[in-house]
Amino acid sequence: MQAVNVQNLHKTFRGQVKALQGVSFSIEDGEIFGLLGPNGAGKTTAVRVLATLTIPDSGRAEVAGVDVVAQPALARTKFGLVAQASGVDKELTGRENLLLQAELHGITGARARERADYLLELVSLTDASNRLARQYSGGMRRRLDIAVGLVHEPKIIFLDEPTTGLDPESRAALWDDMAQLREAAGVAILLTTHYLEEADRLSDRVAIVDHGKVVAEGTPDELKQQIEGDTVTIELPEGERAEPQVRLPAVREVRRDGRFIHVTVPNGAEAVPPLLRDLDAQGARVRSVSVARPTLDDVYLFHTGHTIASAEEAARGGQTY
Amino acid sequence: MDAVYLLGRLLKHSWREPIWLAIEIIQPMVWIVLYGQLFEKVTLIPGFGAASYIQFLTPGVIVMTALFGSAWAGMTFIEDYREGVMDRLLSAPIRRQSIVLAKALHAAAAVAVQTVILMFVGALLGARYVGGIPGILFIFLAMVLVSGAFSAASNGLALLTRTEDTLIAVVSFVTLPLTFLSASLMSSTLMPAWMQEAARFNPINWAVEASRAGLNGTITGASWLAIGYLAIFLVVGDLFAGYALRRFQARS
Repeated sequence: MQAVNVQNLHKTFRGQVKALQGVSFSIEDGEIFGLLGPNGAGKTTAVRVLATLTIPDSGRAEVAGVDVVAQPALARTKFGLVAQASGVDKELTGRENLLLQAELHGITGARARERADYLLELVSLTDASNRLARQYSGGMRRRLDIAVGLVHEPKIIFLDEPTTGLDPESRAALWDDMAQLREAAGVAILLTTHYLEEADRLSDRVAIVDHGKVVAEGTPDELKQQIEGDTVTIELPEGERAEPQVRLPAVREVRRDGRFIHVTVPNGAEAVPPLLRDLDAQGARVRSVSVARPTLDDVYLFHTGHTIASAEEAARGGQTY
Repeated sequence: MDAVYLLGRLLKHSWREPIWLAIEIIQPMVWIVLYGQLFEKVTLIPGFGAASYIQFLTPGVIVMTALFGSAWAGMTFIEDYREGVMDRLLSAPIRRQSIVLAKALHAAAAVAVQTVILMFVGALLGARYVGGIPGILFIFLAMVLVSGAFSAASNGLALLTRTEDTLIAVVSFVTLPLTFLSASLMSSTLMPAWMQEAARFNPINWAVEASRAGLNGTITGASWLAIGYLAIFLVVGDLFAGYALRRFQARS
């Protein structure tokens, strides 16, 4: 069964902001799925619909086969939510937060304590478990949030911008945690992020969201291959006078930049040997050759016509939808 | 059951704010001593209708304390909303009403503790519980109803406005006039006619009349009528809070 299935979701806030304009995607069991897009693209709204916090205008959303609009009470037992705005009660200790969440899910007594101990260990908060969450650092609070979301052993956990506001070190630590999490807990993860690197590193599959629509979906590698844009960079030795020609059938673009020649080809690894043979035949000396795969940045630019940074710029001042 | 777990959370909060807790306990004592001394002589005004001002004042301060305690209940809702705790609760498999109910129970618990303290202090200062145990239970009944109703209204308002500023403004605006438009500090026989008329529609006055009857052992049909009005007010307040919670969810 699929962990999440979303079909053609629409949501307009107060007749003005069109947050979702036909979003569709699905997440398999045990998969890490990245919903990638700038702030204001509709990622948070999609998560809120799945978490039964927002009712969509139209479309269908299912968590573990349960329709979240028709059966919200049942759906709430299937997912764990780690919202952008945390949700940790700062006046309770880490352990108390976990026990409260367990109670709200009908888990009490020894079972709840066992579960709390296990999760505190999983997110490395055992030593801090009896301190008030108010005293936690941003990274610790985030890890507690994740543990809270896992208390009832959900099939899927929604992580809405989990690393926003964290320093680079905590972010890297959280990435490691997430990879471990899937191994240990076996849950599917819906991760929303506007960090391309984060989506690339963690996700099995990625959907790129722009203006309330999914504009591309696939594994990070598939998406990069689709835009067929490996770049082979040839460095000529200093003082090289010759201007060798690039003569390959599949070349899409050649740019010269001093001693460097950037060649865009569908597949960089396949293009290098014939390219070098041809340069050699022209008598050109080559100092180095490097191949760069496209990044998700390129993919994003290709599908939306703008970079995430520029989209964020445009949306700045607005809130996250 | 969920409401009990959520109540546990709120009680832990209160317990961890020792200064808040101390003020909650000391403040009503200060009121009863200050007002008691300040207005002691008003009983000399012809037509006041009571021989001892402390006897008159004790139920008044009990109701005032209940009002002030419960009218601010919504503040924690706004904090929960901003901290993301509200989303965590709304996405948990619990009844929506248990969230509101837990807040109301918390306010009622605080008011119950304060009422007990005030009854002791009042007695120390000379108030006599002529109505005995039934009278005291009658006072508690009135306090549960009035604090439940006001905390529900406060919670509803918090859910609709979602801003502390609005709630602070409304609560500050409402609480003192409601107190002065009742017989909590001053006998209604000495009020101007329009005030007497207004007091008849004031839930605070219903609660004051009922608890004064409980204290003096003069519970009549009119006292039970006041309790009835308070019960209706509580139902209306809860309906309002329920409506506000649905609106809150529909808008988010």
